Amino acid sequence: MKTLSKKIEITESKWLYRKGTIINTKMMTKTEKWFDIKLDDGELGHEPGQFVQVEIVGVGEAPISICSSPTKKGSFELTVRAAGKVTNQMHKLENGDRINIRGPFGRPFPVRQMFGNDILFVAGGLGIAPLRSLINYVMDNRRDFGKVDILLGCKSPKDMLFYDEIEKWSKRMDINFACTVDKSDPDWKGNVGLITTLIPGVNLNPERTYAVVVGPPIMYKFVIAELLKKNIPERHIVLSLERHMKCGMGKCGHCQIDHPKNYYCCKDGPTFTYDEVKDAKKL
Amino acid sequence: MKYHILEKKNLDLFIKNMLKKMKVVAPCEKGNGNYVFKEVTSANEIAFKYIPTILPPKKYLMPQREKIIEFSMEDEKFTSYIENEKIAIFGVHTCDLSGIQCLNIVFNDKPVDCNFLMRKENVFIVGLECNSYCDEYASCALVNAHLPNGGYALFFTDIGDRYIINVNTQEGEDLVESMKLANASSSDISLLEKIREDKKKIFKNEIGVEAAKLPEILEKSYNSKIWEEVASKCISCGNCTNVCPTCYCFDMEDRVNLDLKTGERIRTWDSCQFETFAKVAGGENFREERSMRQRHRVFRKFKFPVDKYNRFFCTGCGRCSRTCMAGINLKEILVKLSEESKF
Repeated sequence: MKTLSKKIEITESKWLYRKGTIINTKMMTKTEKWFDIKLDDGELGHEPGQFVQVEIVGVGEAPISICSSPTKKGSFELTVRAAGKVTNQMHKLENGDRINIRGPFGRPFPVRQMFGNDILFVAGGLGIAPLRSLINYVMDNRRDFGKVDILLGCKSPKDMLFYDEIEKWSKRMDINFACTVDKSDPDWKGNVGLITTLIPGVNLNPERTYAVVVGPPIMYKFVIAELLKKNIPERHIVLSLERHMKCGMGKCGHCQIDHPKNYYCCKDGPTFTYDEVKDAKKL
Repeated sequence: MKYHILEKKNLDLFIKNMLKKMKVVAPCEKGNGNYVFKEVTSANEIAFKYIPTILPPKKYLMPQREKIIEFSMEDEKFTSYIENEKIAIFGVHTCDLSGIQCLNIVFNDKPVDCNFLMRKENVFIVGLECNSYCDEYASCALVNAHLPNGGYALFFTDIGDRYIINVNTQEGEDLVESMKLANASSSDISLLEKIREDKKKIFKNEIGVEAAKLPEILEKSYNSKIWEEVASKCISCGNCTNVCPTCYCFDMEDRVNLDLKTGERIRTWDSCQFETFAKVAGGENFREERSMRQRHRVFRKFKFPVDKYNRFFCTGCGRCSRTCMAGINLKEILVKLSEESKF
């Protein structure tokens, strides 16, 4: 006699969700929407640079960078570009809607190593989202760091994310802020040109500077070349790479970096120092 | 080490005895020289001499489609569960035992995969020794998977009219005890030792390069032209990864039931050979070229797992080469790479 197939519940499954409520949203640009999310079970418990998996029931999951600093208590924030199946569905969510989260996942930015050093932030496009978790962390612990420079680039003024916040940064006396757009419009009074044009003008001490760079693959190529010209050591250039993290647990294989070394973006990253991943053809 | 003896004429009794406690699956003929693991109820359905089955026994530990979560949208209820039954996998060759061990390493790595681990608890594995090569595609001696290295409850070796059974777990011992199988005599043991000695003459490193050198050879070959040669034949069908006993990449998918209120999250096998495997929603594809994907597959067998787990994730079963419609042969790739890296 055979034992019959039994259905057993797995209460400790890593695939189960933390539930939360969307407490605030804002359309930032035509394609990017910002969400403030409060979890039922308390704090998310993340560090700057980590990501979460967002589940829209019946549609699927998408990995999204956390754009708020852990110094902000009570809720956490995501900025989502409508690009795929899940993110397009997510854009339909409003205040009060429920949402399911797994995470946080990934290796955070090396915050403790950065203490006492000068920080140069370079953000391109949507790269400002993951970088903002660290920028706000540094702002909230400003005394723990040396000189802070923020360079920001985006396609056009209307593509700029966190506009109000960026305006505040530009007025602060304890940071140096510069911003450029690839393509101007009539109201724009700032710089026009690629973000690489801003780097030569930054006055920095390469021995004690961490450059934290987040943007699309093409930007990494040119920005890193400029930073190396400034003699910043490769291990002081910190990146956050984009891959399709499907499971977040170092198993499904989708986010593995095309590199001679074994790097899973979801567990070994998404933050890497340039010396770790410089052999990858596409960052 | 404990050894027992099972007369070949009593094989059916052995299977029937297992059937009292569990479902039994074993290699069976499928036609056209192919074999598959499938459910059996008697010994005469089993192919005792077989070349590696189309799919490895990983399908019982990590099914092609596996429900991970049931959800109900209205009350936000998620339940993770598995449908499990006690199952015996009979007649597993040493290459596939090694494959199951590889999967076990990965899914035990934190965070652990509860589905795999719970399934594993209910699997009773009976190994079966290959006294000679299955065919020319195998490269088990390269990775030392032609000999048993654990991973089973019982292990069968054909010594003529009898099987000598090595007992490796208490559960295996209990089964053997319940059948009152005789202990192996010293002459049986020396027969086994002779078979192992003979195997040393038959099974020789198939590529002429020590496996220990492969990680270094691959590192040197990262930018080799050989990957493009391989890619020029490859049609990205993903057969090589589907039949691989150590490939475990997967995709997750939400399925909504017709009531539009309930549904399930399903895990399915995926393949790094598919063009969209490393593509992100924004449009960027991080392994766009077929050559990058083929290189990735080989690195995932002989380089990455060595760095991470100090173990090759190739068991030498030869399935990838046997099944490839374009005639891509793993042994040939390894030989070419090692020749090239000498210069």
